Amino acid sequence: MKVLAAMSGGVDSAVAAARAVDAGHEVVGVHLALSRNAGTLRTGSRGCCTIEDSMDAQRVSSLLGIKYFVWDFSERFKEDVVDDFIAEYEAGRTPNPCMRCNERIKFAALLEKALSLGFDAVVTGHYATVLTGESGELELHRSPATAKDQSYVLGVLTADELKHVMFPIGASASKADIRAEAAARGLAVAQKPDSYDICFIPDGDTQGWLEDKVGAKPGLIKDRAGNVVGEHEGTHGFTVGQRKGLRLGRPAPDGRPRYVLEVHPKENTVIVGSQNALAVTELAGSRFTWCGAPKSNPEQWFEAEVQVRAHAEPVVCQAAVIGGEFVTKVNEPIMGVAPGQTAVVYLGTRVLGQFTIDRTVSAVSVEEEFEAAL
Amino acid sequence: MTVYLDHAATSPLRPEVLAAYTEALQLVGNPSAIHSAGQAARATLEDARERLAAVIRCDRNEVIFTSGGTESNNLAIKGLFAKREGNLIITSAAEHHAVLDAIEYLEKEGAEVHWLSMSSEGVIDLVELSGVLEDRHQDVALVALMWVNNETGVITPIAEVTALAAKYGIPVHSDGVAAFGHTETNFANSGLATMAVTAHKLGGPVGTGALIVSRATNLVPLFHGGGQERALRAGTMDAAGAIAFAVAAETPQPDYRALEALAVQLISPLGKLTRGAAPGVPNILSFTFEGGSGESMLFLLDQAEIAVSNGSACTAGVARASHVLLAMGFSQTEASSAIRISFGPQTTAEDLNALAEALPNVVATARKI
Repeated sequence: MKVLAAMSGGVDSAVAAARAVDAGHEVVGVHLALSRNAGTLRTGSRGCCTIEDSMDAQRVSSLLGIKYFVWDFSERFKEDVVDDFIAEYEAGRTPNPCMRCNERIKFAALLEKALSLGFDAVVTGHYATVLTGESGELELHRSPATAKDQSYVLGVLTADELKHVMFPIGASASKADIRAEAAARGLAVAQKPDSYDICFIPDGDTQGWLEDKVGAKPGLIKDRAGNVVGEHEGTHGFTVGQRKGLRLGRPAPDGRPRYVLEVHPKENTVIVGSQNALAVTELAGSRFTWCGAPKSNPEQWFEAEVQVRAHAEPVVCQAAVIGGEFVTKVNEPIMGVAPGQTAVVYLGTRVLGQFTIDRTVSAVSVEEEFEAAL
Repeated sequence: MTVYLDHAATSPLRPEVLAAYTEALQLVGNPSAIHSAGQAARATLEDARERLAAVIRCDRNEVIFTSGGTESNNLAIKGLFAKREGNLIITSAAEHHAVLDAIEYLEKEGAEVHWLSMSSEGVIDLVELSGVLEDRHQDVALVALMWVNNETGVITPIAEVTALAAKYGIPVHSDGVAAFGHTETNFANSGLATMAVTAHKLGGPVGTGALIVSRATNLVPLFHGGGQERALRAGTMDAAGAIAFAVAAETPQPDYRALEALAVQLISPLGKLTRGAAPGVPNILSFTFEGGSGESMLFLLDQAEIAVSNGSACTAGVARASHVLLAMGFSQTEASSAIRISFGPQTTAEDLNALAEALPNVVATARKI
């Protein structure tokens, strides 16, 4: 096949491209330029956006004997990922920009361009596997390397997209194996550090960066009963589940630390409460996609697992699509769930689909929270 | 076999150059050394200086060897500005980055810059230049205008520029990298204070260039060291590179006008010649292909083993909208749809036919993306 290897300049995409070459595919390496003003050298744990990363990808390509190009997706990235990130925060939600990048850039804009240019598939260094299910349809599954499994961030892939993706290192046992393989192949990126931080926020200071973009807008911090308990400099500085930086004068009724429960940018209000009130029993969203074949009779409740962050534990739930909304009721309440996050739904190791969380139901009612304190 | 149509980026070593270069590389001796070996190397260097001066039509002492176009442009602009009386630099936004970035650096350090406008065909507005000089001549430190634009091939009437500046005794620098060897660049008659040239666009080696500095011009050097090259460019002199440059300059370039006519005939049905009817060198042509992205066209042509350029590639290898076309008033989309082709002694009509054969599909595909 004629395949396009998306190369960030990191070790995973390098080994993925190398394996695609070994498998006999005609491979072309492409690095995505996502920043208008790329820095010269990488710093800290941000990956993929500096000229050093681009040069690393080029060096790997030349060692593999494949052609290499840099494609400029900076406009698309700004509109679809960076501006979306700001808009989501402004709407009081907590977005996942890497997920958005997969959904709209890597497996949409890039894949579309690759197909238009005569390629059959896009190769990436993600840890996940594509298998053929019993019905003969392609399915996305977790990587056997559970520590590195990245199926969560690929939950946005559609049935059509699954036909045109390849994850050559997706079934690898560990990252250490990939590094060893890169070293054995003589690739200088073998020991390059992993990237964790959001690539477009230069110093990792998300709140400071957001404040620059949206500006300060002082407002009130209230509890769920509507009592004013403090003031804030702008709702963008708060994420559901946050405890630090609230600077509340008065203690909570139960004397315990308080957490951000809800963020309401329109009312410019932040709602805080006890840790118990943070636990949710139900998450739902109307923006959902099936990853591969849709579930048959999705309006009937079925047992599944739901995962709300890239490295969160999946939890057992009852799921159904009701009135155009994907609803999951978890058997045990879970913490740290914020609107805007993506919930990925699994059937065993298979990724069934994903939805952006619009609403949650707290495990503790307002009455219960305040009664407990009395 | 690759069809190479990117000679304005760099052109392969010509056989005459390769022979002279490899022979000179075997020389022992630093041209500044006092012993006989040093003197032999010095003789090679000075031989190169005289021969290059003869082609450029300048005094041999006006040739300052450098590492290439970027260094020469930086030396001229920063060197002239440091000796300035005024604080205003007059230039255009279509200059090569070696000039633009040097001037933008000086702007950050406090210089004032007047960016001259140009026609939609890339011709500098000399009426505007005349007006600015008349109004502000006491403030002007220097004028910097390239002789030939490296993307569009448009020729600037340098004699007219220097005539305007001479009225007020203002020095003019010209980036002659794309002009030298491809249009008449008689330095003695040009009225220029300084002119940048380089070897590798003419089939000489990369890493060798010169700044021609008229005897009447004073510059502050970029490098401080052993006082070589009239104390304007310290550092051990590269006798082999110099002789290779001289041979490249002496070896005539073919007449490219037939190739120019053929290219215009073959490509015009698909794309628009960016310089229109403006005077230009025959070896550099750029075209825009409405609705196609240069990035995709470059990729598809490379798949067809045809090497072209779309103007300025930044360090990261990203194909961006041409700043030259933007300066000419092209829209962002138009400026992103450009392809530059440039010829060298090895270019044939078959090369252009191969390009013409590949282009319709390439443009059609690129327009769909």
